[in-house]
Amino acid sequence: MLIRRKSFLALGAVGASAALLAACSSSDSSSSSDSSDAGGSSDGGGDAPKADANADLVIWADEAKATALKAPAEKWGSENGLKVAVQTVANDLQTSFVTADQAGNGPDIVMGAHDWIGNLVQNGAISTVQLPADAKDTTLSVALDAMQYNGQTYGVPYAVETLVLFANKKLTDTPEPKTFEELVEAGKAGGADAVLSLPVGEQGDAYHMEPLYTSAGGYLFGKDSKGQYDSKDVGVGKEGSIAAAEKMKELGKQGVLKTSITGDNAISLFTDGKAAYLISGPWAIADIKTAKIDFTLSAVPGFEGMDKAVPFAGVNGFYAAAHGKNAGNAQTFLSDVAGTADLAKAMFPKNELPPVNKELQKELAVDNPEMAKVAELAEKNADPMPAIPAMAEVWTPLGQAEANIIGGADPKKTMTSAGKQISSKVS
Amino acid sequence: MTSTKAPGHATRSSTAPGLVLRILLLGAVLAVTVWIVPVMIGQRQWLWLAVTVLAALGIFVLYSTRRLVPGKYIFPGTFFLVVFLIVPIVLTVGYSFTNFGDAKRGTKDEAIASITSNSVQQTANSRRQALSVGVTGGFTASEDPADYTFFFVDPDDHSVREGSSTQAATAADPDSITVTDGRVSAADGFTILTAKQVNEVYGTLKDVGVETSDTTALRPQGTTQAFEGTKTLRYDAASDTITDSISGAVYSVKKVGTSEYFVDADGNRLPQSWLQGVGAANYVRLFTDSSIGSQFLRAFGWTLVFAAGSVLLTFLVGFALALVLNDERLRGRRIYRSVLLMPYAVPGFISLLVWSNFYNRDYGLINQTLHLHLDWFGDPTLAKAAVLLTNLWMGFPYMFIISTGALQSIPKDVLEAARMDGASRLQATLKVVMPLLLVAVSPLLVASFAFNFNNFNAIELLTGGGPFPADQYTRGATDIIISMVYRAAFGGSGADFGFASAMSVALFVLTGILAAVQFRFTARLEDIS
Repeated sequence: MLIRRKSFLALGAVGASAALLAACSSSDSSSSSDSSDAGGSSDGGGDAPKADANADLVIWADEAKATALKAPAEKWGSENGLKVAVQTVANDLQTSFVTADQAGNGPDIVMGAHDWIGNLVQNGAISTVQLPADAKDTTLSVALDAMQYNGQTYGVPYAVETLVLFANKKLTDTPEPKTFEELVEAGKAGGADAVLSLPVGEQGDAYHMEPLYTSAGGYLFGKDSKGQYDSKDVGVGKEGSIAAAEKMKELGKQGVLKTSITGDNAISLFTDGKAAYLISGPWAIADIKTAKIDFTLSAVPGFEGMDKAVPFAGVNGFYAAAHGKNAGNAQTFLSDVAGTADLAKAMFPKNELPPVNKELQKELAVDNPEMAKVAELAEKNADPMPAIPAMAEVWTPLGQAEANIIGGADPKKTMTSAGKQISSKVS
Repeated sequence: MTSTKAPGHATRSSTAPGLVLRILLLGAVLAVTVWIVPVMIGQRQWLWLAVTVLAALGIFVLYSTRRLVPGKYIFPGTFFLVVFLIVPIVLTVGYSFTNFGDAKRGTKDEAIASITSNSVQQTANSRRQALSVGVTGGFTASEDPADYTFFFVDPDDHSVREGSSTQAATAADPDSITVTDGRVSAADGFTILTAKQVNEVYGTLKDVGVETSDTTALRPQGTTQAFEGTKTLRYDAASDTITDSISGAVYSVKKVGTSEYFVDADGNRLPQSWLQGVGAANYVRLFTDSSIGSQFLRAFGWTLVFAAGSVLLTFLVGFALALVLNDERLRGRRIYRSVLLMPYAVPGFISLLVWSNFYNRDYGLINQTLHLHLDWFGDPTLAKAAVLLTNLWMGFPYMFIISTGALQSIPKDVLEAARMDGASRLQATLKVVMPLLLVAVSPLLVASFAFNFNNFNAIELLTGGGPFPADQYTRGATDIIISMVYRAAFGGSGADFGFASAMSVALFVLTGILAAVQFRFTARLEDIS
């Protein structure tokens, strides 16, 4: 046997180039997608997710939702003679979906938060859906509103999340304060290490600060005559936002709000019994129950003599991909199944989220009252987060400004500069 | 057999198995090329088509003959260099002259299709119809919408209508039609498609509207249902405008910023745009945007301090420990050495996140243990110190390892000779050991500097670039260039690949200059030895 070094070299080169050629062939996105992705990762590395080409309906979701959706979706498929594939995309689902849909190897349906809609629409990645005429009777109106964008309905809602006030009954006599001032007073009287656990962090957290911001009269974007958000009318830096900033500075001075409470430690401060109150969402409920804290759950109170506190509502939903291979089956699934109580009930045990389906909400009021309560508060108090792409420019400057103000910066000057920064980025 | 193993003989021999193997391999390359080329043409992958054809040609020219021996060795390396290094650079430079990013990913046609098909408004109080689709003759998956006839059954009065993309909806002849379970199951002269078949051709059917009046039409919604609605936005190719049939607004193509959009008379634009060339606009923005340009130099200064400081501190600590633990009089050196390597064994991502919590003002380990009240991440100077301190902890074991290795490779007799000549321990260490050691480790120090220059993880995971001064949103106090660039390109506005590419190109040039300086530096050190 005479395999020489030279032949080995040739073997290696041919083998490698053959593998490379194969990899190139499967990546049909190189002309439009990120350059480094084009060469090899599609087949060889397997980083970029790809839809199952053999299924009659492909659904992408994050891990928790995919796990919950798998069984009911496959059951629907087998009843209709269709092969349904529910695939988990653990990382960066939105970007993966936009890229894959553009390249033509994306799913037929994607599940995600409603504030993606603006970005998905501007990228031409999703199609409109038509909700059944009785949707208003079966589904919370906050969820239906959230699915609206530029006067069109883009998704079928599934679950809703919003911020609520948790109170540790051992550390306060007033578990459901009516005003923020009452909360501070009761928290201080209770003697806990911290009155309130509300994540701020060094970089700020505009999402968690929204109830306080709105109570003092702040708004993010104004609405035009048709009721659509107008990205030219930026509310940050206007009168109401400055009133909110002054309140925040005051609370920072009192030590009620602090930059040392972050997204990492906010929930654990409450579950360790160090904070009397916690402002967080339904995702905190499991931890609080595990810690056996005797707690109540109520609406986030507003400031005395000011507006009601309006936290964001985040609605999860199903969206129809614009370039899915099975758009027909996708629309059938969305109109026949996605919004039904049956599906919501089948998914709930594996992924406990406050439901938007009124029937399920009623049932849960007995077995899982917290989830039903959050859904009720979302309907009553919360406003859907604006889905316009301009929102991406709001989070960082506004959060940053709020953190700096809590840390002692000048409220008016800081809030105005954040408003200028946002206005300069949204055109 | 022994004689044929001599290299000189081997390269010249051409045995039968060798020849067969070569023919097989070249055949395989040819087969793959022949298979792949039409696929690539079909997908319009011109760049990769060129790469493939050139690579296949190169393989054939070089490996089919016995000549061109140097080429045979150079080719594989060059090939991978081109594919994995040059092509991405070329693509990045190419993207830097476009507006590629969110809302600007596809073609203009795709944007128009998305705009118009997303504008269908469901008629108020209309009821969903049960849909069946029929074709004359057999099912052929035709792409002409006129080939399909739609049958609608009203859920209330069970009336049946039929129509197509070219023929408005009319009442169907009840005698020619069979309705089962509320939908048309058979029609004379037609084959009714199954739901699966409808799904297969849904791409053709989804934009079909069967007119019910001048403005409304029945449109398929999924494979078994239809709804009545109006397409409110229509594109006119002749004038290149989109008209809103309800408000009467006319959207024409205008430039907003650097990209073209469909814009109406009041300046409202439709969200979808498309991929366009924008010339040097991204570079102009990079160098003229006041929030970026002015901050760039300051970030550059801190980047140099951070990288040099990290190398210096880690080396000093690592070297000192190595020196101490190299003393043979010390007992249990192995245990000490193993313990000192611990930080190296913890994955960097985890230690950075853990350290980030240590620095918390009220609840962090450092302030609580030392009874301090330092606002580590709120004060610019303290934050810089914290970053350097953490990077020291992360990096000294590496310096410790290489210093220990280098120390052990220094011959003992050199040190003995110095001591004999009357040098003190300190003198021997500084004047003899240090220079010898630096020759060995200085290339690694340069490499470590280059690594820290772009040490994105250390900054992003520890401080996120912060703290940010009250009216500064581009650069935080601990931002190095790479983390600042990342935030500018991806931080707020979602994906802006065109601008990010321009920044990458600028950074590429900058790193190239630094690398050249480093090479000079390394070359000078080599002169010493």
